[in-house]
Parts: sequence; structure tokens; C-alpha cells
Amino acid sequence: MPLIETSDGPMWRRRATKKQLLIWLGWLVGIAIATYAWQLISEKTIWFFVEDAPRQAADIGTRMIPPKWSYMNELWRPVWDTLNIATLGTVIALIIAIPVAFAAAKNTTPHPLVRAVALFIIVSSRSVNSLVWGLILVLIVGPGVLAGTIAIGLRSIGFCAKLLYEGIEEIDHTQVEAIEATGASRAQQMLYGIVPQVLPTFAGVGVFRWDINIRESTILGLVGAGGIGLELNGSINTLAWTQVSMILLVILVTVIISEWVSARVRGAII
Amino acid sequence: MLRLEGLSKRYKTGDQALTDINLVVPNGQVMALIGPSGAGKSTLIRCVNRLVEPTKGKVFLGDLELTKLGSGALRRARRKMGMIFQEYALVERLTVMENVLSGRLGYVGFWTSWTRKFPKKDIQEAYRLLDRVGLMHMADKRADQLSGGQRQRVGICRALIQNPDLLLVDEPTASLDPKTSRQIMRLINELCAERGLAAIINIHDVLLAQMYSQRVVGLELGNVVYDGPPDGLTPEVLTRIYGEEDWEATIEKVEDEDEDEIGEEIDAISSPTKPEQKTIVASGES
Amino acid sequence: MSDTSAANPGSSGVGITYPAKWKKPPLITNPTLRWGLILGFAIYLALALGTMDVNWGRVWEGLPRGQRFIAAFFPPDFSDSRNVVWDGILESMWMAIIATVAGIALSVPVGLGAASNLAPKWVYLACRSIVAGSRTFPEVILAIFAVKLFGFGPFAGFIALSIGTIGFFAKLLAEDIENMSASQAEAIKATGASWFQWVNYAIQPQVMPRMIGLSVYRLDINFRESAVVGIVGGGGIGATLNTAFDRYEFDTAAAILLIIIGIVMVLEYASGYLRKWVQ
Repeated sequence: MPLIETSDGPMWRRRATKKQLLIWLGWLVGIAIATYAWQLISEKTIWFFVEDAPRQAADIGTRMIPPKWSYMNELWRPVWDTLNIATLGTVIALIIAIPVAFAAAKNTTPHPLVRAVALFIIVSSRSVNSLVWGLILVLIVGPGVLAGTIAIGLRSIGFCAKLLYEGIEEIDHTQVEAIEATGASRAQQMLYGIVPQVLPTFAGVGVFRWDINIRESTILGLVGAGGIGLELNGSINTLAWTQVSMILLVILVTVIISEWVSARVRGAII
Repeated sequence: MLRLEGLSKRYKTGDQALTDINLVVPNGQVMALIGPSGAGKSTLIRCVNRLVEPTKGKVFLGDLELTKLGSGALRRARRKMGMIFQEYALVERLTVMENVLSGRLGYVGFWTSWTRKFPKKDIQEAYRLLDRVGLMHMADKRADQLSGGQRQRVGICRALIQNPDLLLVDEPTASLDPKTSRQIMRLINELCAERGLAAIINIHDVLLAQMYSQRVVGLELGNVVYDGPPDGLTPEVLTRIYGEEDWEATIEKVEDEDEDEIGEEIDAISSPTKPEQKTIVASGES
Repeated sequence: MSDTSAANPGSSGVGITYPAKWKKPPLITNPTLRWGLILGFAIYLALALGTMDVNWGRVWEGLPRGQRFIAAFFPPDFSDSRNVVWDGILESMWMAIIATVAGIALSVPVGLGAASNLAPKWVYLACRSIVAGSRTFPEVILAIFAVKLFGFGPFAGFIALSIGTIGFFAKLLAEDIENMSASQAEAIKATGASWFQWVNYAIQPQVMPRMIGLSVYRLDINFRESAVVGIVGGGGIGATLNTAFDRYEFDTAAAILLIIIGIVMVLEYASGYLRKWVQ
């Protein structure tokens, strides 16, 4: 907080002149980038549609009410599929994520090279959205629940493994040292010193991811990978708006219930 | 018998923790290792079972040269060295029984340790040791439900079930209250006497060191500056180990307190297996 | 070891036989509940696997395609004659940037309003429902509606991502304000500052560092999501990726995926670095 000598005596400023200039420059660059980005986007926009949007929105809104309650009879199966995609996908992800996490944690990795590979698996799995995984898998194994389950599994490996290996790195090392001092082998040290310490983290991460996966599996159907998203896609394409609102309502309720369950289970574990 | 020859340790950071240590600890001797923080006490005992790898020098346990063992042989050698830790270092989420049995890990295979199906002999011994320290009823409790003194007793059981020739004890009383500290030190002493064990005990508290050991070694900046009987710790010696301080007054005052307390305490712990006494010990701690 | 107990007359080891068996106490002590949970999970698993109809013939047919897809990564082919990949990537980047900027600009008032220690009750409730509304549905569903309303192209994606940003950012901002140190805020209020001065002097300095870190993090999320909104017609790299898969152009798809992974890695590293630098 410098004082600057002026003709009227010292003046206080919040920042030194140079730093202030840098901050202004930062703002200028930021605004320039944003303006440029905006121009590019607006070039590709048909403004007629945008102007028409409020009227359209109101139109669709009125057509969505009331939801078609009887449609629920056809939704039970997709909801069940969605639940299975999320649950089985989480189970697959955890089974694969556990060895990956042990390979990625600094204190348990067998070799730095193995660690690098494990970290790459984590980043790739996390960078590619489950919908993209779904797109790929529908091409390979065909549309349906199987593609969705594998997509959710592949997407979740990175997420779970990342949280797990961070948990492994944060354990209390003296407990492991004590086991090592008894003459235990490396595998036994892992079993007695490390696993008990990270078990609650594992359970917490699994439930947390399951909750997220319920959300993600509701949309997988948009690319044909099973679940309630299939019905959503179909209803939107056929402009059956009362069915759309019913599906959205069902998604909302499913998400709320899964959130509640996951909060309860996590509370019980920790 | 433990023999250290020219043991030195320099950490990667460049800190010289130990310089040319030569020590012989005969069987049955309880040796206290005192010195200021950072003098290298912890490093010394960790160099013995090679949790810390010494840079130079040799360590012999009996006729076995520990410093040249490969990892498999080192694991077998570690079974003969029980270690007791400063913050107990129990695996908190395992039961007391699992913590005690983990002392047998060096003797059993991976599958046995996975299924927790330890040999009958080990389980009996674990119960016997827990009973010996007055914690038999706690066997199925999780370790993090125990008080500090109770945890340290479990730590002692874990070291003893290894059936060791040597005990390495790292600040066993650092996180305990004065009364519990003495109970623990006395227990370690008694157990060493029962089994004829050699022990190295790192300890901050000069007084406890004097009371519960047959020999005191003073470390200062990685060098042995005193090696002799407990009553040889004169103010001059303490000044050499710790630096200038009014030692006369400190020693005198604390020693007075001792006399009063020891009398009543001996009753409480000397036979912790009598049922009515056991309750006293337990209530004193929780 | 038996000799130790004999050598120890003072201990109670003499004459007492100790149990030779020990079993780890189960995690759930109530046996009915324990077996009920195990059985329930087993039944669920059987039902879930049983009702999953898989067309194994189709899976078998698809395997060579999977092989071809994986082979396209080794080595990846970045030579792209029509420049569609880079066009798509750039469009996604611009979309992510503008959506982040607009989303944050909009979420500042919403976030201030959604902080219970700052806003009157009715403003608080209104802002909280905006936050809850935009958080409930994934960006993709928002994108579908945006495409219906605004037509195909990046504008729809921009709208969807902006709304998603509001839900994310306003919620964290509001929570941060609610958790800030009350004494600092009180001290400024005690000087007789106006509401805006109060926000500027007492609240902004406390929440700013974290918010800068979060905005980079959100930029990262928006970029990743932009790959997805494109699949439903929201423009950007997602549209390119979708076309590539429709035409079975695995080389292009592999290149796009690798570029996405690379950019996400760079962004993640940058946001970690920036967060450290700000704090």
C-alpha cells in the first residue's frame, strides 16, 4: 500500500502504479477476448429465431401442461433401466478404479512409470463425458442398456480413482510404519496398514459417484444408450410435450430421491 | 545382544542425524536414550530395524548383521525386534485384537492375514497378553475407542506377541499424562525383566529415564555424550546433553514428588491382574 | 511362547486357558439386518442383470468396429484436410469462454441474493429457486430445449452452458458469503458504510480469491460440457464429433478425443496454478 508524493503532499493508493496498470491490462485483454468470442458466436446465430424464442417458450410451456400422467405406466421400465445403468456402472467403475488408485498414489505405486500410466487413465476417463462414451459404445456394442452401463463405468473410473488415490496419499503413515516394523510383507502392510484407513473413503466415494451417475444415466438415452433418456428423445422428436413434461418430472423425482439416499448412506458411513 | 558399529546417518536434505555411534546392549538390559529434540534418538532406533536406512556402519542382532540383509531376510529379522511408538501407531480402524495379532504378520502368509484365521497358539497368546495388561475385555473394541494409556498397552502387546529379542521403544510416554506414563514405563520394565529382553527406550523425560532403566545414553547432535548408570546424570552431564539450565532445582523438586506418588501407584499396578485392582487401573485412565 | 507364561508367576496366565478362537466382529451387529442387506443386494443384482437385454449377436458384430476405433489411436491422425476439427475446437473454446463470462456476470447478483445473511427473505427465496432450478437438469437437457428455441448452433449451447454456470457459481458464491467472517463484515458496517460500500469492502475481499479459482474451474467444466451439448445440436466440437461417428470416421474421432483430453489437462493444470497464485 504505497504512498505517492504529489504536490499536495503524500497520497495513498491501494496498489502501486505498476501493479494497477497490470490489473487494468488484464481486464482489457479479458474484455477483448470476451467481445471477440461473442462476435464469433453471434455470427453463427440466426437472430430471427432468438427474437422468436420467448413466444416459442411460452408456446411449448403451455403445451407441456398438464403432464400426461397415464404415460407413467410406460416409464417404469426405463426408470428401472436407468437405475441399473447407474448402479452397475458404479460397481464396474469401483472394481477397476481401486487398482488404478493404488497404482496412482505416490505411497503405494509399484513404479513411477506405472503411476504415469494410471494418471493418464484417470485424466482420459475424466475428460470424456459419459455421453461421448455412450456415443462410442452404441457404435460398438449396439444401442441399449449395456452400452449405457459401460459408458457410465468408463466415465466414473477416473473420478473414483482420483478421489481414492488422494485418500490413499493422505493416510497416517506411522500406522503403516508400525505394521512394517513387525516384519510384515508389502502386501500385508497394505492389508493391515492402508486398507482399513481408506475403506471409509472408498465407500463414501462409491455412494457419491452413484448419486452423480443417476443424473448422468437419465440423459444417456439421447445417444441411444438406454434408460429414460430414450423416451425423452422420442417424445421431443414427436413433439409430444405432455409426455416430455412427465419425463422431466420423473427425472426430477429420481434425482431428489437418489440425492437423499446418498446423503443418508454417507452420513451413516462417516 | 545388540551391537552398533560406527553407525552414521545423513538424510537426503543434508542433515547429519547420527555420527559414528558405537553401542553394545546386552540381553536383559533396559537402556534409556535421552537427548534434546533432533538429537537423533528416533533415527537411531529406526536405523536398528532399518525403517530408516543407515548411511554407514553396521548393526548386529546377536550374530546377524542386519545392515546387509536383503528385503526378505530383513522382514524375518524384524520379527525379532518389537517396536513401540510415540503416538501408539495402532491401526485405528481395526479392532484391538487385530492390532495385537498384526504383530504375528511376519510369521503368517498373506492368505491367513486376509482371512484373519491366525493359528490357535497366536490367538491364545494374544488373549494372554491382553489379560496381562488388563485389556482382555476390550479385544473386540475398535482401537480408536481406547484412551491413550490403553492404546499404548495394546501397542506393547503388539510388540510382545512378536516374541522379540529386542524392544525398540520410541517416546512411549510423550502423549500420556504423568501417572499413565509411569504405569506404562513400569509395565515395559516388568515385561523386559520377565522375558529377559533387551530394550532401547527413547525418552524425553530425564526423570522417567532414571527411574526405569539400568543404563542411560545421552545423545546430542548425533553424538553419544554420556553413557553410564542413571545416577551418574549430574547437572554437569545434563548440561552437556541439553545445554545450560538450572538442573539442580529441577531434579530435586521432581524427585520429591516421585516419592509420594510411587508408593500408592505400586499398589495399583504391580499386580494388574487381580480383578479389584484392574478396575482401579481402568478408572484411573478413562 | 508357552514358556513365557510359566516364567511369569505374577501374571494370571497360570492356570487359565485362553480362547483359541477369535472372529472379527461383523460391521453390522444385527444379524437380521446384515443378512437382509446381503440378500437384498444379491436379489437386486440378479434382477438387474436378468432384465438387461443384451443383443450378443450385435455385440459380436460390433467388436471389429471397436478394434478399428482403438487402432485409430495408434498413432492418432491429426492431419485434417477440411479443418473441421480445429474449427470445432475453436468454436467450443469461444462458446465456453463467453458462457463462463455471461454465467458469472449473471450469477453474482443471484449469488448475493441467495446468501441468507445478506438478502431479505423474499429475495433469498427467489434466488435460491433460480439456483435449484438451474442445477436440477443436466446441461444436455437444457441444451435440447435451447436448440428447440434458438435453433441449431453455438448460441443454443451458449445459453445452456450459461444457465448451468449460474446454478454452479451462484450456489458456491452464496455458500461462501454465508461462511465468511461475520466480525469483519460487522466492522465495516459499524463505520456507517452504505450497502454497496459494505459489499465492496467487507465481502468482496473475503470471497474474491476463491471465486477467481472457481471461475477457471468452471471454464474447464464448460469446455468439457461443450463437447456434449454439441451432440444434441448446440454447436462446437460436439457437433463435429457426432458427425465423425455418424460417418464412422474413427481417425477424426480419435484425434478429437485426444485434443479434448489435452486441452482439459492444460486447463486443469492452469487452474491449479492460478488458484495457488491467487491465494
